[in-house]
Amino acid sequence: MTNPQDHQDHQDHQDQQDGRDRRDGLDAQLRVNRPDFTLDLALRAAPGEVLALLGPNGAGKSTALRALAGLLPLDGGRLRLDGTVLADPAARLDTPPERRPVGVVFQDYLLFPHLSALDNVAFGLRCRGRSRRESRAEAAGWLERMGLAEHAGARPGRLSGGQAQRVALARALAVRPRLLLLDEPLAALDARTRLDVRVQLRRHLAEFEAVAVLVTHDPLDAMVLADRLVVIEDGAEVQTGTPAEVSRRPRTDYIARLVGLNLFHGTGRGHAVVLADGTELATAEQVAGPAFAAFPPAAVTLHRERPQGSARNVFPLTVAGLDLHGDLVRAELTGPLPLAADLTPSAATELELTPGTPVWAAVKAAETHAYPA
Amino acid sequence: MRRASRTAPAALLLPALLGLLFLDLPLVGLLVRAPWRELPAQLAGDQVWEALRLSLVCATSATAVSLVLGVPLAWLLARTRFPGQRLVRALVTLPLVLPPVVGGVALLLVLGRNGIVGRWLDSAFGLTLPFTTAGVVVAEAFVAMPFLVISVEGALRAADPRYEEAAATLGASRLTAFRRVTLPLVAPGVAAGAVLAWARALGEFGATITFAGNFPGRTQTMPLAVYLAMENDPAAAIALSLVLLLVSIAVLAGLRGRWTGTP
Repeated sequence: MTNPQDHQDHQDHQDQQDGRDRRDGLDAQLRVNRPDFTLDLALRAAPGEVLALLGPNGAGKSTALRALAGLLPLDGGRLRLDGTVLADPAARLDTPPERRPVGVVFQDYLLFPHLSALDNVAFGLRCRGRSRRESRAEAAGWLERMGLAEHAGARPGRLSGGQAQRVALARALAVRPRLLLLDEPLAALDARTRLDVRVQLRRHLAEFEAVAVLVTHDPLDAMVLADRLVVIEDGAEVQTGTPAEVSRRPRTDYIARLVGLNLFHGTGRGHAVVLADGTELATAEQVAGPAFAAFPPAAVTLHRERPQGSARNVFPLTVAGLDLHGDLVRAELTGPLPLAADLTPSAATELELTPGTPVWAAVKAAETHAYPA
Repeated sequence: MRRASRTAPAALLLPALLGLLFLDLPLVGLLVRAPWRELPAQLAGDQVWEALRLSLVCATSATAVSLVLGVPLAWLLARTRFPGQRLVRALVTLPLVLPPVVGGVALLLVLGRNGIVGRWLDSAFGLTLPFTTAGVVVAEAFVAMPFLVISVEGALRAADPRYEEAAATLGASRLTAFRRVTLPLVAPGVAAGAVLAWARALGEFGATITFAGNFPGRTQTMPLAVYLAMENDPAAAIALSLVLLLVSIAVLAGLRGRWTGTP
C-alpha cells in the first residue's frame, strides 16, 4: 500500500527542488462523494505528459474524468490548470464545462448525428465565436491531419468505428484544449481496428503539447499510450508510476492480475519473503521488512510427483480451473500459495490436468522478484 | 422488419378490423350522403371559403404559438429539476382532460374584458381578445399546446442528454447546445407534436365558441360553421364537413410523406 503522506512529502520536496510552484499543467485534488463510494484522488501532470487512469469498473475513473471536465461538481479539493483555478468548492468556484479549456473524447464519441464530420469538428470553433467559413477551413485541416479529408461530408452514422474515433479526437483537439480527456478511447472498437487506432492515437498524443488524461480498464492501452499510470481502486490511488515500474512491481492483486503476475505480500528475510501463514518464497533479491514477491505464470512448472531439481519453491497445490490463454493453458491453482501457472497444451495433456487434480508447483527463485511494500 | 407470411391471430385481427370500421364508417357515411349534385352550389358561397381560410390561419397561428411557448416548456420539464415539477406537469396536461367549453369559460374569466389579465391588457395596450380572431388563436392554442408539450417532452427524454454534455465541453452554452444539438435531435418529435397540435386546433370547437364567439369572417371557423349549418341546412353542413375532411387528409398526408423521407 502506498502511504499518501509519503507521496505528498515526496511531491513537496520535488517542488522545492524546482525552486518554484509547478504552475503549468494539471494540479488537481479531486473529491467527489457518491452514494456508493468516495473519490479522493490527487492528479498532477506536466504539459505534454499523458496520464492514464487505470482501474476496474466502478473504481471511479469516469467520475474523475467527469469532475475534470466540469460535468460533475467537486465536493472537495481543488482543480488547477496552468495556474488557473477552475474549481474550488471551498471558495464556491466552479467553472462550467463550456468555459474550461478542456477537450473530451467520449467513450462512444457522441458525435452529433445530424452534423457532418466537418461540422462536428467545426462545432467547438463556432461556439468560440469564429466565423463559419474560418471554422470549417480549420476543421478541414484537422480532418486532413487525421487522414479523413475524403470523409469530411459524411454523417457520423456512415463512418467506421475507427474513423468516428478520429473525428471525435479531431473535434476535441480543434478547440486547442489545455487538458485533453479521453474516456476509454479504444473500448468501442473491434480488436483489429483497435491495434491501428492505438498506434495512431499514440502518435497524436505524442504531438499534443498540453496535458492528456485517459481513462481505461485495459492495461495494454494504458501501457502503450501513457507516460505515467495512476491505478485507482475504490476511488483512491493505489499505485502510480511509469508503465514499466507499475508492471514490474505491482502493489495490488488487481494490477498483478492485469499485468499477468502472481503477487504475494509478506515480510522479507534474506533471499526470501515469508507470507502471513508462514509459507516461505525464495526470491532473487534481498528485501528487509514488508515486501512483495512477484513472478510470472510462465515461471511456474507443474509436476505430478514432487520434483527433485534445484527449485527451492515447491508447493503442493490443487488445480482449480484451466483456461486457454493465447497459445498457452493457464492453470489456476489453490492451496497454501494460490497462483496461476502457464504451460503448453501438450504439457497439460501429458499431466492429465483437470479441476481437482493435485499437483506440485515449482517456482524458480531467479524469476521471483522481491521489492519493498 | 417484415416477417415471412405470419398471419395475425383472430383474437387480435377481429377487434382491429372492428376498430378500423368504427373509425372510418362515419366518414364513409359522409361520402355516401353527400349531396354531390348540389355541392358546387353549396360551396359557391363566400362564407365557406372564409371559414376555411380562417380555420387554417388560426390553426397554424395556434401551432406557432404552441411551438414558441411549448418547446421551452417541454425542455424545462424534461431537462431541469425544480420543486413542484410533478404538479406543473399535471397542470400542463390539464387542458387535455378539461372539457373545452370549460376552458373557454376559464379563458373568458382571465382574458375577458373584466378578467384579471384582460382588464390590464385593455387598459395598458387597448387589447381585447374575446370575440376576435386573435381570441380564436388563444382558445385553440390553449387546447392544442398540451399535445405539443407532451410529444416534445417525450422526445427530449428519449434523446441522450450526453450530447448536450459533449456540446458543453466544446464550449457551447446551454442555449447554444439546445439550439444546435438538442433541437435538431428531437426535430421529429417536435414535428409530430406540431402536427398533433395543428390537427387539434383545426377541429377546436368548444373553447373557441365560448371565448371567441361565432362571427362569420372573424371568429367562425369550419367546425363552428358546420355546427351552425347543421341546425338549418344539413346538406350545407355535409358539404362543409367534406371540405374540412379533404383539407385535413391532404395536409396530414403531405406532411407525413415529407418526414418519413428525412430521418
